[in-house]
Amino acid sequence: MAEPLLVVENLQTHFRTPDGINRAVDGVSFHVNAGETVAIVGESGCGKSVTSMSILRLIPEPPGKIAGSIRFQGRDLLKLSEPEMRSIRGNEISMIFQEPMTSLNPVLTIGRQIGETLRLHQGLSAKQAEDKAVEMLTLVGIPEPRRRVREYPHQLSGGMRQRVMIAIALACNPKLLIADEPTTALDVTIQAQILALMRDLKRTVGAAIVLITHDLGVVAEVAERVVVMYAGKKVEEAPVVELFNTPRHPYTQGLLGSMPKLGSSLTGTETRLAEIPGLVPSLKQKIPGCVFASRCPHATDLCVKVAPALEEKAPGHVAACHYALKEGAIAA
Amino acid sequence: MFAYAVRRVLATIPVMAIVALFVFSLLYIAPGDPAAVIAGDQATPQDVERIRASLGLDRPFLVRFGEWVWNILNGNMGVSIFTNLPVTTMIQQRIEPTLSLMVLTLCLAVSIAVPMGVIAAWKQGSWIDRAVMGFAVLGFSVPVFVVGYVLAYIFALELDWLPVQGYTAFREGFFPWLENLILPAIALGGVYIALIARITRATMLEVLQQDYIRTARAKGAGQRSILFLHALKNAAVPIVTVIGIGVALLIGGAVVTESVFAIPGLGRLTVDAILRRDYPVIQGVVLLFSFVYVLVNLLIDLLYTLFDPRIRY
Repeated sequence: MAEPLLVVENLQTHFRTPDGINRAVDGVSFHVNAGETVAIVGESGCGKSVTSMSILRLIPEPPGKIAGSIRFQGRDLLKLSEPEMRSIRGNEISMIFQEPMTSLNPVLTIGRQIGETLRLHQGLSAKQAEDKAVEMLTLVGIPEPRRRVREYPHQLSGGMRQRVMIAIALACNPKLLIADEPTTALDVTIQAQILALMRDLKRTVGAAIVLITHDLGVVAEVAERVVVMYAGKKVEEAPVVELFNTPRHPYTQGLLGSMPKLGSSLTGTETRLAEIPGLVPSLKQKIPGCVFASRCPHATDLCVKVAPALEEKAPGHVAACHYALKEGAIAA
Repeated sequence: MFAYAVRRVLATIPVMAIVALFVFSLLYIAPGDPAAVIAGDQATPQDVERIRASLGLDRPFLVRFGEWVWNILNGNMGVSIFTNLPVTTMIQQRIEPTLSLMVLTLCLAVSIAVPMGVIAAWKQGSWIDRAVMGFAVLGFSVPVFVVGYVLAYIFALELDWLPVQGYTAFREGFFPWLENLILPAIALGGVYIALIARITRATMLEVLQQDYIRTARAKGAGQRSILFLHALKNAAVPIVTVIGIGVALLIGGAVVTESVFAIPGLGRLTVDAILRRDYPVIQGVVLLFSFVYVLVNLLIDLLYTLFDPRIRY
């Protein structure tokens, strides 16, 4: 079998800070097949954004330091020179960010910003780039594209801006699209539209997607496989249906338990949303045992002392928990 | 856009009117009586009174102000008390060196200071950054006349590369003109460069933190494009504002620089006029400088719209 499109192995992204090394990402491995959608989930501060930024090497070094290997189409991105890396960014791998309101340059026209990647990577002239930009705006469903290419970001709404970001990201037909919380900052109705758009475009463009999110609703909607991260580590990975039906790691169970269910407050019994007590631990000290032990309802002495290895609990389903296998779904 | 421009231009009219009123009142505020000066030591009070009447100094303030403004609008700035030449003629004779010095200093300063600030921000904390900031402190703290004399000593006297002082008109050739002006321009530009470089660095540091810079990187844009297109265009508004405000520094500095390098410009004319209490000349020159300053800042207001499409109010 051919190697997957993207193979991340033992990725470690550490930041030097005045009070010690922050291990934002600490030994994460996963892969993405061509055309597949993989979601990376976890709460704020668990290292999912840093993981995605590390893939494109957008982490400032120093203070950051990326180690491990990130193989994209057989090439280790961490070994490429900066110019080689630039020819990949926005071309073969592109990225959409969380904040559509601030991610577009306010003083350049929409057309110029979409055209920039095309001119950089495909050597198009200004005129050709503008025509292609109009085409891309049509593709992402922006009305009156001829007029819009001459406009500036402040003349567009948040949803429209995210569509423009998607147009920028897809302009060069990338093989991989990294979407870092693409819908978090948007209204719910716009969220649904953007997700639908991403799903449609994925089909037409054929790009694989790495979707970074903390919204399990979004995951259920679009992902095929899910990587759950906690405190800079991967704690569980499974196909999406399997993960939702039989979560193995207590953290995943906690995440699923804290999802509000539509109409649950109407059924009479005042049920409180389950929450995971405590916060993600500081990543500045090495944690000897399981990273989740301090917040885990099932933690034992073993968990505090020995870090559990990732083990395959079912076909394609791995989890890092001493007890996951024995108890299966620990009474979710 | 057009409405904005018209509004900005119209807004300069009251500003100029207030400046004119202020300049005209100088005559009242300043100590000393021009009539007495002209009359000389031997004059009787009657002589002084006669001269005062002949100068029209005995009429009401507003009448004289109105007449003065009307004359200026018709190109008549009065006659120098000292030389009996029309003030406009005196200004015309002296304007080229000063304008040359200011334009050259402006171009030189902007083309040095902006890249300096950009690079300092990009390499924040490096030795380049520290060198630029060190230079900026130096530029602020060493006065123009010190820099002027040091430069003249090194490059004119010791190395003999450039003339010590004087001015060559532009029509006699670009290089002779430049040769005479380059040292004064550097001396005058020190503070200005320091000011622009600091603002550029500070603004760029802020802009480089923005999300759209990350987007530009993620698109595969090169470092130069990120710094000078994506970031600098966003930082442009505060930078050009300071460039405009700094023109006041240039005007003040020009007076000193022209004295140090013996340049026959408006600065020298101003100093001489002040020493002689030649009020029509003082008024003319100050009004001209104010007008230039207001004009430069109007230009900058209009430039804003070019850099930032959001400014079109």
